[in-house]
Amino acid sequence: MPKIITAQEAVSMIKSHDRLLIGGFLAVGAPEMLIDALVAQNTKDLHMVVIASDWETKGVGKLVVNRQIKSAQVSHMGTNKAIQAQMNAGEIEIELVPQGTLMERVRASGAGLGGILTPTGLGTVVQDGKDLIDIDGKQHILEKAIEGDFALVHAWKADKMGNLIYRKTARNSNPIMAMAGKTTIVEVDEIVELGELDPEAIVTPGVFVNYLVKTGA
Amino acid sequence: MDKRAMIGKRIALELKDGDYVNLGIGLPTEVANHIPDGVHVIFQSENGMLGVGPVPEAGKEDKDLSNAGGGYITELPGASYFDSAMSFAIIRGGHIDITVLGALQADEKGNLANWMIPGKLIPGMGGAMDLVTGAKKVIVATEHCDKFGNSKILKQCTLPLTAQGKVSLIVTDMAVMEVTDKGLLLKEIASDLTVEEVVKATEAALIIPDNVGTF
Repeated sequence: MPKIITAQEAVSMIKSHDRLLIGGFLAVGAPEMLIDALVAQNTKDLHMVVIASDWETKGVGKLVVNRQIKSAQVSHMGTNKAIQAQMNAGEIEIELVPQGTLMERVRASGAGLGGILTPTGLGTVVQDGKDLIDIDGKQHILEKAIEGDFALVHAWKADKMGNLIYRKTARNSNPIMAMAGKTTIVEVDEIVELGELDPEAIVTPGVFVNYLVKTGA
Repeated sequence: MDKRAMIGKRIALELKDGDYVNLGIGLPTEVANHIPDGVHVIFQSENGMLGVGPVPEAGKEDKDLSNAGGGYITELPGASYFDSAMSFAIIRGGHIDITVLGALQADEKGNLANWMIPGKLIPGMGGAMDLVTGAKKVIVATEHCDKFGNSKILKQCTLPLTAQGKVSLIVTDMAVMEVTDKGLLLKEIASDLTVEEVVKATEAALIIPDNVGTF
């Protein structure tokens, strides 16, 4: 069963050079309270894996603006000038990853796989330096799994076993990130008793969840 | 009619009843405003939804319901939500009938460049590489020339590619061009232009059939 802790207790486990898998898409469904606590703690030299670098005042963009991110694997940075400026100044190392590939690479580590084979990126700079593998006459790029020390995710409701459900498009990368953290911390709007969530409707089984943090608490 | 509406309206004619469609951000979203009567398509949003509905009325926005550009949307009856890996399984797995994407450049070989200008603008590819790779039909929606008047329809893209040889149709404010084995076939031109004017504005070689339609 996951432990219920505060946002400050949660981020106190995170140290410099840790690799963070953070849920959300342009800050929709982002674990804002955990991000704010991490900004307050001011831990530096972090690596983040995110779909997008969000906005300068919302989502993981706040970590970038506070210069806590040393490197990132990300698919889209177009809404955040700060990350592009830091990249151009050589202050942050960026690996741009196609969004579908990013998700499967993270999912792979959570699922115990070493990587995936995908046609996405063939004939582009994405394939540079990577092994190409022919499967029955079709080329694929070998993309390695992405691991994380911590997954920081947001869910709508959790029960006390850590079973999670999400709300509308705030689901996005959260269930994938939740699978792949060595430690998964879930910021959740509501914590309910066992039996209150329909077992048929659980999106993330509680086995993936180590800690719950209640929003507004 | 302005250029963007003209492009959107023409591309909308390519949609068939029951198609699953993904529109890129920016100009491609214009397509949704021109779906012909009697044609019902299902819009996917790559952040994890099928059954995207129109923009909500002021005051009815839901912070947990947005499109891939971060704009508020609504859900239609029959909508579904899923995670990002499922969303890209749908895209990469060939389950989307048509995707419409913007372009910095497109070329005779069906190549598309739309995700970075080295040294200038590096927003990232987001979901574009997966969409171009996986969708059954890739339509490019773009103005024919850039703001300096240079053709965006080239013999060969010079910017980093989004995908190689995956584009099947290019629709601009001047022309509708189909990518074929032999090159770009000029299918239609804007009704106020001549074939010669379109050829002159286009760096790519165009194959001119006996009958060129108008739109």
